[in-house]
Amino acid sequence: MTAVKNDSGRLAAVRIGAEPNHVVRWIILGVVGLVFAFPIFAMVEFTFRDGLSGGHTLDHWTGLFDEDAARTYRNLFTAIGNSLLLAVVTVGIVLVVLLPTMILVHLQFPRLRRVLEFICIIPITVPAIVLVVGLAPVYSVVVKVAGGSIWTLAFAYGITVLPYAYRAIQSNLDAVDVVTLSEAGRTLSAGWGRVLWFVLLPNLKRGVLAASFISVAVVLGEFTIASLLNRVNLQTALLQVSQSDPYVAVIFALLALALAFVLLLSIGRLGRTRRTGSES
Amino acid sequence: MTLTAPTRTMAAEPGSGATVELRDVVKSYGGVQALSGIDLVMQPGEFVALLGPSGCGKTTALRALSGLETIDSGSILIDGVDVASTPTNKRDIGMVFQSYSLFPHMTVMENVEFGLRMRRVAKAERATRAAEALEMVGLGSHGARFAHQLSGGQQQRVALARALVTRPRVLLLDEPLSALDAKVRVQLREEIRRITRDLGITTVFVTHDQEEALAVADRVAVMRAGRIEQIGTPRELYATPANPFVADFVGLTSRVPGEVVGGEVVVHGIHLPLLGEPQPDGPVFALIRPEDVALATADRAGAIGATVVSSSFLGSLRRTDFLLPDGTLIAVQHDVNDQPEVGETAHLLLRMAPVAASTREQ
Repeated sequence: MTAVKNDSGRLAAVRIGAEPNHVVRWIILGVVGLVFAFPIFAMVEFTFRDGLSGGHTLDHWTGLFDEDAARTYRNLFTAIGNSLLLAVVTVGIVLVVLLPTMILVHLQFPRLRRVLEFICIIPITVPAIVLVVGLAPVYSVVVKVAGGSIWTLAFAYGITVLPYAYRAIQSNLDAVDVVTLSEAGRTLSAGWGRVLWFVLLPNLKRGVLAASFISVAVVLGEFTIASLLNRVNLQTALLQVSQSDPYVAVIFALLALALAFVLLLSIGRLGRTRRTGSES
Repeated sequence: MTLTAPTRTMAAEPGSGATVELRDVVKSYGGVQALSGIDLVMQPGEFVALLGPSGCGKTTALRALSGLETIDSGSILIDGVDVASTPTNKRDIGMVFQSYSLFPHMTVMENVEFGLRMRRVAKAERATRAAEALEMVGLGSHGARFAHQLSGGQQQRVALARALVTRPRVLLLDEPLSALDAKVRVQLREEIRRITRDLGITTVFVTHDQEEALAVADRVAVMRAGRIEQIGTPRELYATPANPFVADFVGLTSRVPGEVVGGEVVVHGIHLPLLGEPQPDGPVFALIRPEDVALATADRAGAIGATVVSSSFLGSLRRTDFLLPDGTLIAVQHDVNDQPEVGETAHLLLRMAPVAASTREQ
């Protein structure tokens, strides 16, 4: 707190770092919204352009559903399938490996929490291109062991999403007294598996879903690793298509953006979801 | 908050209380010994309070009994069976925690049913027993609510119902009242005592509040530094503390300089019987209870002049701190109608009650 003189010359307390008022918030939101909306609007407008004629047409959108287009853009549809598969496997890795590890560390090995946090944050500090340099020899082994299927890329994505997934789950773990809840569950005859399923997961639902959605958003937007490891995903296919049909590339980029937007909106919704009944 | 009088509907299981025994239980955290060979035997249906200052090991002892902490050595026997290596979920215990431990995503009814569900009790029976347990704690109409819609006292009642609905052999209470306000705390502790007595369940109650322990427990174990200093009925602990620590911790005492002479403690010329082990002659601090000092007139033999430092109204009585001529502060409990003024001089008389004494440097 600091003191300033107000209109009447009296000293008034001003809270430094206080939440901005309603008007300021809308102004900030408007400016930031414009910055983001302008290029998106330009993309939308571009998809309706009729070549260099200066007119507008729906042909680029309707053309997506033609049989000819299906053949032309088969690679793109394959890439979408690949990206969705990668998203599912990556989320699986987060749920099967990261989530139980974090719960275990939180409940049984709290001293390891800082170590785990450090490990999980590392990928955000390493540029994707540097990551690929390390991953390339690893993937030569992965291909020998697990084959060259696209899903194996999820191992790399599992690493890239770690910082985001970790933060989402950790904030939920910090907000719930999981130690006491799990102990209460155990004194009520529940084994560890049932404590996890019936007690912990329902209370960590928000964090788990947020981690999953963020992971999906990251996977759908990933280009560098897939490109440098010669895999086809949505982003690499979009680049390829854009060289022959920029309109379709932009349409799919828009759709990917819309999906990511919906996912992030869902996280926000979950954050506001209350349990049944009003707070007393 | 309105507390309704709970109706006792949950049937007590005959002989449902178990014998609980801790034998030479040792537990260390790193180099620190939290339990240094605890020995404790509880009879079926007995209500035992573990009392002591923070860090004395009382919660560790309770958690060891529950299985939430493993022990380094020793045995924990429930009805004669060593459960030291039995996991918590198979020990057949009920536990109420200090922090509100209701599952926030479940209704009150679902919370109470949880233990039965984990034991695969049929749905219809679960509902009946949970409703009975909620009736027992006076919250029969709150089944559809969530934890965040209840007060702290109500949450602990639900936690109690949840712990008891499975009819456990032992009930463990880990400072369940410490987060509640004073009035609710007193009401709930009496209710806990009544319910556990009705059900005949062996109960271990951890608290740092000596008044709470003395009020509800059949026996109180006073702990210090991982050991039980003394175990006995509240009256025994208060009247005949085994050592100065117990005397000091249980009830209020004033440390008045005196001297042990021939097995008695001489304080301001008054010879008082010495409690506990005989001590060699020499200077000591006599630990004197406020009720063992009386206000007196100056002409009484043995009266000690003292100055009033402060005086507190405690409802049915008054407690006043006096400064003795040697600079010692002594608390006196007296009739509420005597109202000494601060700074006033009065005379005190030590009653011939046995006192504990701790040694002091000469």
